Amino acid sequence: MAATDATQHRIEPLLERIPEVGRIPAGSAIEARLERIWETAPGWRGWLSTVDHKTIGVRYLVTAFLFLVIGGIEALFLRIQLAGPDMAFLTPEQYNQLFTMHGVTMIFLYASPVLSGFSNYLWPLLLGSRDMAFPRLNALSYWIFLFAGLFMYISFPLGQAPNAGWFNYVPFSGPVYNTGPNIDVFALGMVLLGISTTVGSINFVVTLFRMRAPGMTINRVPILVWGTLTASVANLFAIPAVSLAFFLLWLDRQIGAHFFDVANNGQPLLWQHLFWIFGHPWVYVVVLPAMGIVSDALPTFCRRPLVGYTAVALATMATMLLGFGVWVHHMFATGLPTVALSIFGAASMVISIPSAVAVFAWIATIWLGKPVFKTPFLFFAGFVALFIIGGMSGVMTAAVPLDWQLNETYFIVAHLHYVLLGINVFPVVGAIYYWFPKFTGRMMSEKLGKWSFWTMFIGFNAGFFPMHIAGLLGMPRRIYTYPSRMGWDEVNLITTVGSFIFAVGVLIFLVNVVLSLKRGAWAGANPWDAPTLEWAVSSPPPAYNFATIPTIASRHPLWEGRIEGEREHSRTRLEEGYLLMRGRETLGTSPIDAKPVVILKMPEDSYTPFLVGLFVSLLFVGLLLHSWTFTALMAASSCAALSVWMWPRRKLGQRTTGYRSASAERGGESP
Amino acid sequence: MSETAQVVRQPLPVGSAGKLSGGWWGMMALIVTEASLFGYLLFTYFYLAAQTVQDWPPGGLPSLLIPGINTVILLGSSVAFWVGERRIRQGKAQSSIFGFIAAIALGSAFVAIQLLEWRNKTYSINSDLYGSLYFTITGFHLCHVIIGLGVLLLLLAWTMMGYFDHKRHVAITIGGVYWHFVDVVWLFVFSALYLSPYLHRG
Amino acid sequence: MKASESGFDSRSAIRNLRFRITFLALSMIAARPSEAADTLDTPLNYFLYSYGPAATPIMHLGWLMTALLSAITLIVILLLVIALVRKRSSAAPGVIGAESGGLRWVYIGTGISTFILAGLTVYFLAVLNAVAKPTETPALTLTVTGYDWWWSIEYEHADPAKRFVTANEIHIPVGRPVLLKLKSADVIHAFWVPVLAGKTQMIPGLVNQKWIQADVPGIYVGQCAQFCGAAHAHMNLEVVAESDRDFEKWQEAQRRTAFPVSGHNEHGYKLFMDRCGGCHAVRGTEAEGLHGPDLTHLNSRRRIAAGLLTNTPDHLMKWITRAQYFKPGARMPSIALSDSEASALASYLSTLN
Repeated sequence: MAATDATQHRIEPLLERIPEVGRIPAGSAIEARLERIWETAPGWRGWLSTVDHKTIGVRYLVTAFLFLVIGGIEALFLRIQLAGPDMAFLTPEQYNQLFTMHGVTMIFLYASPVLSGFSNYLWPLLLGSRDMAFPRLNALSYWIFLFAGLFMYISFPLGQAPNAGWFNYVPFSGPVYNTGPNIDVFALGMVLLGISTTVGSINFVVTLFRMRAPGMTINRVPILVWGTLTASVANLFAIPAVSLAFFLLWLDRQIGAHFFDVANNGQPLLWQHLFWIFGHPWVYVVVLPAMGIVSDALPTFCRRPLVGYTAVALATMATMLLGFGVWVHHMFATGLPTVALSIFGAASMVISIPSAVAVFAWIATIWLGKPVFKTPFLFFAGFVALFIIGGMSGVMTAAVPLDWQLNETYFIVAHLHYVLLGINVFPVVGAIYYWFPKFTGRMMSEKLGKWSFWTMFIGFNAGFFPMHIAGLLGMPRRIYTYPSRMGWDEVNLITTVGSFIFAVGVLIFLVNVVLSLKRGAWAGANPWDAPTLEWAVSSPPPAYNFATIPTIASRHPLWEGRIEGEREHSRTRLEEGYLLMRGRETLGTSPIDAKPVVILKMPEDSYTPFLVGLFVSLLFVGLLLHSWTFTALMAASSCAALSVWMWPRRKLGQRTTGYRSASAERGGESP
Repeated sequence: MSETAQVVRQPLPVGSAGKLSGGWWGMMALIVTEASLFGYLLFTYFYLAAQTVQDWPPGGLPSLLIPGINTVILLGSSVAFWVGERRIRQGKAQSSIFGFIAAIALGSAFVAIQLLEWRNKTYSINSDLYGSLYFTITGFHLCHVIIGLGVLLLLLAWTMMGYFDHKRHVAITIGGVYWHFVDVVWLFVFSALYLSPYLHRG
Repeated sequence: MKASESGFDSRSAIRNLRFRITFLALSMIAARPSEAADTLDTPLNYFLYSYGPAATPIMHLGWLMTALLSAITLIVILLLVIALVRKRSSAAPGVIGAESGGLRWVYIGTGISTFILAGLTVYFLAVLNAVAKPTETPALTLTVTGYDWWWSIEYEHADPAKRFVTANEIHIPVGRPVLLKLKSADVIHAFWVPVLAGKTQMIPGLVNQKWIQADVPGIYVGQCAQFCGAAHAHMNLEVVAESDRDFEKWQEAQRRTAFPVSGHNEHGYKLFMDRCGGCHAVRGTEAEGLHGPDLTHLNSRRRIAAGLLTNTPDHLMKWITRAQYFKPGARMPSIALSDSEASALASYLSTLN
């Protein structure tokens, strides 16, 4: 399309133009104009209507950390109860609700949302864009996550929280054996949360394929992006399974359907299939982006690029692909035929191979680099060690006959905590230390940082390693107490002590966050001398991220020219680029080679995401209370709000014509 | 000596330009996840049907006449919409309205007939396992059809307000592909619920 | 704190050493114990002890995998530590290391891992094959049904008159494979006697099969391994492996109906029929309840309340009057009894040998 005919552009300026190129010096009038275009209104209006990915990212992080603290306190209660034999600190019912909410909170309300927080904040900055593909969907995703989290805790104060474990096996969670609102809250809350996760995932997928800066070809995107992309694609396929399972359970419980009802030919085992078809990929959803964080941030402190970028990126995707074929390894003890067990067991062995690729890539990166022992690096290096231990215990559970013993014992509890804390919490805390200067403009305290690392690392291992032993000594999980004759007294005492040490470590970290927010040293744009694009902008970044859209020439835009043995190639252009400032604009590029293909019009701040989120959440409240009129009213309200949201607008180039005069729109477009 | 990367200067479309728009990609992703949902629903159906000890379906083989006609009606709706969309692409936005009206009418007819079909059933969602499956699966689909009709009504209104021309009509493209998806899914639901019992018995 | 009431003698001296012994044993893979499991300080310790062909190959698999994977873990962590602390030549500040290189690590590391994983896969498939089915025809078929929160055990026999039902205590002849049909009456439970075999879920609507065999006479503890609600923690069972002769004797005794009631037990008998017979069965009487354990030969069992308490007259009466205290949430209510009622009931129960 070589239509450079100037007249044509004069006739239809809305539909096509050559993007202006230039520089925007800091502090210039033109920069102030860009700021005005992208800024969020002050006060509660902006608070409810903002679609800025950075604000949404921080909200995700803060909310997820609140849930982490809540889930952590629940865990400490459990550990007090288990500190010695025959304790009566908690009743069985309290214990069951607490361990269920601990699992639900950590797995669904912390582990995945916290990674969404990082990805929301960082993706556009890493990719050289001004926002995510769907800023309003991004806001919706957060609001529904928040409401779903509150929803799942709605019955907690009444002492009727979910109580059947996070995988919620029927018939125990069915209408006959669980008559309170406990499971309905969980079931509907999960469907609601599924909506949040799904729209969030759609946003990530489209952002990756559409929103990269020119020149950021698919083999130049950071590994964190690969991780989140893989997780998001997996979500699109996996979330429907769990949403459906919970919805069918709700139908069984409240409408009298018979999907899991044995007396009427239903099958309890169907639940396990549907749940784990989702559940296993979900395990990778909550670790792959965290592994990506390490793959991106570790090299900064090793003063060299990651070893084996391509191998690690491919391993990330291979893990997920295999992850869809191993769900039965959660069901080895359900009496399935030996042939099926053999196949799924072997597949579960194979899935360790991509993890080995990543581990050796990280070790080689450290080995060949010159490590700088800052706090984030300690967390990332500690993560590698924990990953190795968690990976090895995972291999043991893949061996079908051995799993018949290990399954549902504390060995599994140990394994999953090494995986989820080791591969999620350690990188996440390291990542906070790493990106805190970017988020706030201030550094976190190194001294408190090192204290927090060592307390967490020692407490973690003291708390969770003995759980392996407890499992080998035959201690089943989810028992609220145990008699002394079983011989589990000492391991449990040690575990409890360790868990409290770990909690102290987390507390030191949180104190560090609070103190550094006020007193931390000023950071500057790139305090770690890191290679990726987010460090090219000021800390914290301006609302528009990049004054001009950069043009990327390598995987390490900020290290170019300093890398040993670097082959000569053109340099990334950061200062001069597309201006794109006729309203909120950013560049759309082609999916693989990131060639500019379209100027994207980004939406203004809007209340509709909040309203849709609110109405949809209230719709679930209506279902919970069996208030069908209210439910229908909320469904209609959601549809109305969505219609406003989707209304085609000239300003966004969604239509050219309509009842409003063209000139009025054009006037409104360039302030 | 290295050179700085060149900024490409060429005319680019602005805003939601058809399949270059984010919305089109988003809809594709939504369809992937919705297709998975129906995949799991049908998995549930076959998983439970394969293990049941009763006759399947318990009430005997389903009659194909009315659902068959309904299938044709729904496919007809897709065709009508496609014709309307084509008119817009050809720059004849006003005449596209008739295509959309036909699509909505046929879609509504599908809903009405489906509801009649429901009323004639001797079982219900809570009477037995088959009833649970039948009403949940067709219910899921019917919900999608009703949402799709809502989308079509909005598209019709926007078209009548003269929003769309041959250059910009991304909402039509995106809404249309959703409608086609809902229709295609029906073929799978129809095959599973109505045709597969014949294979099984045959 | 209920420890004092549970009536277990402590073996604290040995227990203090246990932790260290466990670690030692992990590395040494010591000689097999010849004594039976009831003397173990850790009765569910499947990692160090196994007493039958359905468990021993798994234990060996566990040893090999633990040893091998621990060694690998240590080696890789050692590599990580060396990578962290090794001396490096100083370089000009600001210079970034080359991106190329280091792939050899990935190739070699992944290559070796793949090789080891392949070997382990072959080994575990062989073990799976070995333990999937017994080598000889099972001598005995039992149906074990999981209830909230206890186990019903039905001994099958071609002659219906020789079938009988008991609870929470399985007797098997030593050295012979026994086939178990696993069912559930309510929610999912899992049957697990670790030193005899791995666990298998008991799923309502399905009948899962598993087999166990004990090669040494003794008492083996089992525990429900699938979370099943309030008293999941208190759902134990015992497997008593005994010689063919003892087993036959036990079976003969179990097949008998309860002794007829003698005069001075009349009051207790009536109380039982009134207050207990709705849920519990005593064969030979009109107590035919199916909600709780069959009590025909209650006193033949070592423990009551699914393993929670040792079976002494004192514990039995405490359990009857304070069931909800010992096992919160249990289906068994705490039964209010006057002193005279309690002694009458105790007197009747003492006849259920």
